[in-house]
Amino acid sequence: MRDSVEMIIAAVLLGVTATSAMAFQSGRDPAYQSARESGQVGEKSDGYLGFVVPPSSSVRALVEDINIKRKAVYSKEALANGATVEEMALRTGCRLIAERMVAGEKYQTPSGQWKTRDGSAPELDPRCPR
Amino acid sequence: MAQNRDQLTNRTDNAIRSNMGKTILLFVPLMASVLTGCVQVTAPDKPIVINLNIAIRQEILYKLSAASEKVIENNPGVF
Repeated sequence: MRDSVEMIIAAVLLGVTATSAMAFQSGRDPAYQSARESGQVGEKSDGYLGFVVPPSSSVRALVEDINIKRKAVYSKEALANGATVEEMALRTGCRLIAERMVAGEKYQTPSGQWKTRDGSAPELDPRCPR
Repeated sequence: MAQNRDQLTNRTDNAIRSNMGKTILLFVPLMASVLTGCVQVTAPDKPIVINLNIAIRQEILYKLSAASEKVIENNPGVF
């Protein structure tokens, strides 16, 4: 009985996570979404996007544009919380890699290596809160 | 009177010449040092490393939990 309750809770949680992840992805530029899915771009541990492979000029422009916008929102939020932009960016990067990425997308480990996100726990920056 | 004037002119001329000589003598070593004393700039054999390790305050990271969630939620196109 207890096992089945736990199963149901787990299933519901998984469903909620999947739904929120899908809803979350819908706000993205399709070109950006496909660059993520194909593993051309990935999440770096510092809270910004990076190039897994040498980018085409359009992908480069897309990523640079997003990174500038990220820096803007990090700056605004950092100011509101008495943190530095780097701290705000790193903290968000931790969350993006740990909670927001879906399987198959690329992230950069603290050693600088690109890895594919899967079901296992990602290699996070040691400064990420646990 | 005319002779006196010539003498004065000569004296002035001599004074100028001797001063010019001194001036040239002063500049010769200076010019020599300009010509020979080139500053040698050689590229270092090791790469220049700039440490960009910005101080991250661990206690601040803990406080940013809600803020990071908010940032991601409110900017869906950027993440």
